[in-house]
Amino acid sequence: MPTLILRRFGFAAFTIAFVSLVMFAAVEALPGNVCTSFLQRFAQGPRLERCIEQQGLDRPALVRYGDWVAGAAQGDFGYSLKKRKPVNELIWERFRNTALLGGIAALLAIPLAIFLGIAAGVRRDRPVDLSLSGAAMLAMTIPEFVTATALIYVFAILLQWFPAVTIVSPGASVLQMLPNIVLPVIVLSAVLIAHIMRMVRASVIDVMASDYVQMARLKGVPERQIIRKHVVPNAMIPALNVIALTIAWLLAGVVVVEKVFNYPGLGTLMIQAIYDRDLPMVQAVALIFSVIYVAVNLLADLAALVLDPRLRRKGH
Amino acid sequence: MTKSLINIEDLSVGFIAKGGLPTPVLRQVSLELVAGETLGIVGESGSGKSTVALAMMGYLKPGLSLFGGRAVFDGNDMFALSEKKRAKLRGSSIALIPQNAGQALTPTLTIGDQIDEALQLHTDLSGAERAAKVVELLNRVRLPEPAEIAKRYPHELSGGQQQRAAVAMALAGNAKALLLDEPTTGLDVTTQAHILEFLRELAREMGVAMVYVSHDMGVIARVADRVAVMYSGEIVEEGPTRRVLREPRHEYTKNLLAAIPRLDAPNKRPNLRPDAQQTLKLDDVAISYHKPGLLDRLLRRPAKRPNVEHVSLGLKRGQTIGLVGESGSGKSTILRAIAGLVEAQGGEIALAGDQALTAPVGRRDRETLRRVQMIFQNADASLNPRQTIGEILEAPLRLYYGKKGKQAEGKAAELLGAVRLPAEYLRRFPSQLSGGEKQRVGIARAFAANPEVTLCDEITSALDVSVQATALELLSRLQQENGSSYVFVSHDLAVVRAVSDWVAVLYQGRLCEVGPVEKVYANPFHPYTRLLMGAVLRPDPDAVPEILNEVDLKVQECGYSKLWAEIDMERTKSKQPLQHDLGDGHVVYFNMSPESVAQMRVKGRDPAAGSNSVPRSSADRVLEPAE
Amino acid sequence: MMNLLQTVISRPSGALGLGLTLFHVLMALFAPWIAPYDPTMQNADAILLAPSFEHWMGTDTLGRDVFSRVLHGGRLAIAVTFSAAVIATLWGGFAGIFFGTVGGRVDEFSMRIVDAFLSMPWLLFLLLIISIGGAGPVTIIPTLGFFYGVAILRVVRGAAMQVAARDFVTAAKARGERLWPVIAREVFPNLSDILLVEGAMRWSWMLLAFSSLSFLGFGATPPTPDWGLMVAQERGLLSTAPWGVFWPCFALSSLIIGINLLADAIGKALGLDRATAIAV
Repeated sequence: MPTLILRRFGFAAFTIAFVSLVMFAAVEALPGNVCTSFLQRFAQGPRLERCIEQQGLDRPALVRYGDWVAGAAQGDFGYSLKKRKPVNELIWERFRNTALLGGIAALLAIPLAIFLGIAAGVRRDRPVDLSLSGAAMLAMTIPEFVTATALIYVFAILLQWFPAVTIVSPGASVLQMLPNIVLPVIVLSAVLIAHIMRMVRASVIDVMASDYVQMARLKGVPERQIIRKHVVPNAMIPALNVIALTIAWLLAGVVVVEKVFNYPGLGTLMIQAIYDRDLPMVQAVALIFSVIYVAVNLLADLAALVLDPRLRRKGH
Repeated sequence: MTKSLINIEDLSVGFIAKGGLPTPVLRQVSLELVAGETLGIVGESGSGKSTVALAMMGYLKPGLSLFGGRAVFDGNDMFALSEKKRAKLRGSSIALIPQNAGQALTPTLTIGDQIDEALQLHTDLSGAERAAKVVELLNRVRLPEPAEIAKRYPHELSGGQQQRAAVAMALAGNAKALLLDEPTTGLDVTTQAHILEFLRELAREMGVAMVYVSHDMGVIARVADRVAVMYSGEIVEEGPTRRVLREPRHEYTKNLLAAIPRLDAPNKRPNLRPDAQQTLKLDDVAISYHKPGLLDRLLRRPAKRPNVEHVSLGLKRGQTIGLVGESGSGKSTILRAIAGLVEAQGGEIALAGDQALTAPVGRRDRETLRRVQMIFQNADASLNPRQTIGEILEAPLRLYYGKKGKQAEGKAAELLGAVRLPAEYLRRFPSQLSGGEKQRVGIARAFAANPEVTLCDEITSALDVSVQATALELLSRLQQENGSSYVFVSHDLAVVRAVSDWVAVLYQGRLCEVGPVEKVYANPFHPYTRLLMGAVLRPDPDAVPEILNEVDLKVQECGYSKLWAEIDMERTKSKQPLQHDLGDGHVVYFNMSPESVAQMRVKGRDPAAGSNSVPRSSADRVLEPAE
Repeated sequence: MMNLLQTVISRPSGALGLGLTLFHVLMALFAPWIAPYDPTMQNADAILLAPSFEHWMGTDTLGRDVFSRVLHGGRLAIAVTFSAAVIATLWGGFAGIFFGTVGGRVDEFSMRIVDAFLSMPWLLFLLLIISIGGAGPVTIIPTLGFFYGVAILRVVRGAAMQVAARDFVTAAKARGERLWPVIAREVFPNLSDILLVEGAMRWSWMLLAFSSLSFLGFGATPPTPDWGLMVAQERGLLSTAPWGVFWPCFALSSLIIGINLLADAIGKALGLDRATAIAV
């Protein structure tokens, strides 16, 4: 058991190291460097020299990678070229806003999706299942920016219930953010719910066909109790990892949704940084997203350990 | 006359096939069962025997529906009852003991929780009383340390223990009738024997009625008072077990009984030719699946005991050696090592002309590969579903003989003919063939290479008895025609006796006893061989399996003789075991002093009782010089 | 093949999926001949006209004909994502079959790397690459192909492991067949169905991804008519001229849904339960 947990942590650490290396290498592979890419045709003379000195580009790549990783571990993500400030001064509020958006969406979507998935799986091929599965198909396939646009048209333009885009001054409190996140949360949750629901449904259908569920029926266990005690825990084990993987959709979706609603989060920050060719900023945000993602996967792995006695006792 | 407990009247069950055609699975089945009686339902796969049993609980597998008739249990028409009342009866008055307990127990709940669930539903006991009852039930099914077992999860129990836990769960509601759906299929013979004896006793003790579903006449003969023989959804014959087994009336029953290989049937194989050339030799072979990892080497962990070790065997041209043993005995591992699928770590494997077979497949030359062929257990899985039978048979022809096109096709058709299949099968896909036909294609593929040694891995264990008989006959005929030698792995001692000249008994990767079939079966020496043979069930109502008594069972499920075998292994750990030649090639690997031998034959095992036992004098005589 | 088609069409969802997909592909191919106007032609006299007989779907902020633009709007997206889907299926499928068949330490090590790649939010990585290499098909096709290929690899490798563990593969190995014949004759034919369905499914996700990129401004570049880009450009006038946004949204969604339904129907016709396979 402890070795198993260690192993999961080990893999998470390996992944973060790997991802950061790939990100760093990708930037290294570009013709020129961070400064020439940022300054474009002004990349010459003292301006370029100042930039190179400030970014420490005169040092060997390996040293810079080490510094970057060590810095990131302490919350120092480098220096933004465009904003001329340390990156971490710029990101924390954005991080809070994104965490608020993603967190609420996840908290809303995951329990609801699990519930709907179980409902659909238990009533396989009946009207409830068919309509839920059909809705999930639509939610999965229609791009977020389309859904978002439709919602804006209905709720912001026609009904005028919510603002179409986020208009807050920097430093707005969580409370001030709330009315602005209703529509983004709906868009994000819809996709999440669709994906997770499908997985849970498939897993439930699988378990419902198992010998032990048949046995429970023949033991005289009432259907509700069968679902609660025998089906759900077993169906959740394979679904957990998939839920974690759909968080990738959430993170990718966050970027699009933030852009649609002009929401001041990490996603819009990253897109702006790409427009500005501010590579240190892009790297920093991408790394933060990756760390979040790996952490979520780690959490799912640990939850699977709790749920599945087979994993727990054997140490596979 | 006593009132019947279960009454099935004209029951018809089936499904609606594509196109709306009603397809029956059971046709007008009628059965009756009185309290305290044990009814056996026997039949081959697809006969509908499990469907009948489950119908007694008012349960039909998903997809099936009731076409007509009734299933009455204890005065209740099970299909007419409300869902609630039916649930009340299920698990209390009538309980199921499933085929595969490992899969029928919910993996995320402990054994105790699952039994407790049944108690909660069917009794009024308080929490503390239930906890005590769980332990009592587990104790009743004779599981060691019941309190401890209650806290375990299903995967932490052995197959036999899982089955016992399932029985405990079935007993939770004071059942009047127990349905047993092949409860011992998939268990080792010795475990099966114990479970069956235990069930017999249970039925007697508690006076419950039992419905015992099985494909195995031997099992039915042991447990059932009455037997119903089923064939394609109908009961073809029903009567007292003794009468049905001794004087079968229906043609199907007669054929079924005739097809079962008998442990005591004299071997009809041609005489051994002592001058025949040696084709395969294994000398002190050791095989290990466990490769030491980097971590093991760093920590200097001691190497694990090999999965197979100290195996020495010889096989002559045109002869068959049977490898028998229970799961974990290493019999299939040895086969895979000969085939080159796993590498032998030690010892030597060689073909005739001292062609070494120690190298794995990738390092063998084509000619060596050709000389050794393998036939697989599950014909269904051993044929590529995406290739036609023609393509399957042409693969070895192309590889070994470079045959292509018309030439290969002609040869493939010839091979099909040899296994008695028509040439038009060449264009068919495996899914269009029956199980027996698929296995014959598997045999034809092996013979396409014209091998010197053919490795048969449990090749009939997935087949019905009647199909098995045809496949075994085919193998014998092919052997006489082209003189290939067979290594025949099986868990079924009767089958091995029918097809082999030699037999090797294995236990946990070690040889216990090797010898000519007639000698070993008539005079098994090693305690493990005797245990194994004693546990075999025969389709004979008077045969009593020689198994262990209650006291020994409590020591450990596997019993004392197995224990002795283990102690024996332990003493010789990684040493060459002592070897005793009993003459005519009958060799026993055993490390005991005469005193231990005396101790070995303890209470309840009078050596004179069964024809299987070794006379005391001969055992003493042989073992004396060893110490 | 004909058989498969028949089974696919026999389901309403399959027929709809096939119909939508074919419709959009044909429209994209023949757009230049069907479209009544040049999709890039600006007309200062016809700005933001509501749908009429001359302009079926109205005109946009620059006076371009929305119907002509919608007809052309799928060309780049379909071309880019289809190429990427082919690349992803080929490399992911090949590598998946290879690792699944070979197994052992090579496989184990490779899967660690694959898992690490799957642990990257691919859109962010794509954005990183775009910020380095610039937007446009040259960057997007290989990147999409690579990342979706990794996901296909994972699925195919799992399926290949199951096939490789079956006795007919063992039989071929015991017979002495080399690795390539085993892969080509024994393993691959049992996985071609999965590859087809996976490829189609990933194609629909790639369309989603590409149009999201276009929407963010990193896919198609103006004045190319592209659905995602059109939505981004006309979104500001959603309240006054919703037709400029509605039609590209409708076209894009119907194509993605169509491919998705088609992939699902093919999967069901081939007896594959795609429900448990995951879209990463």
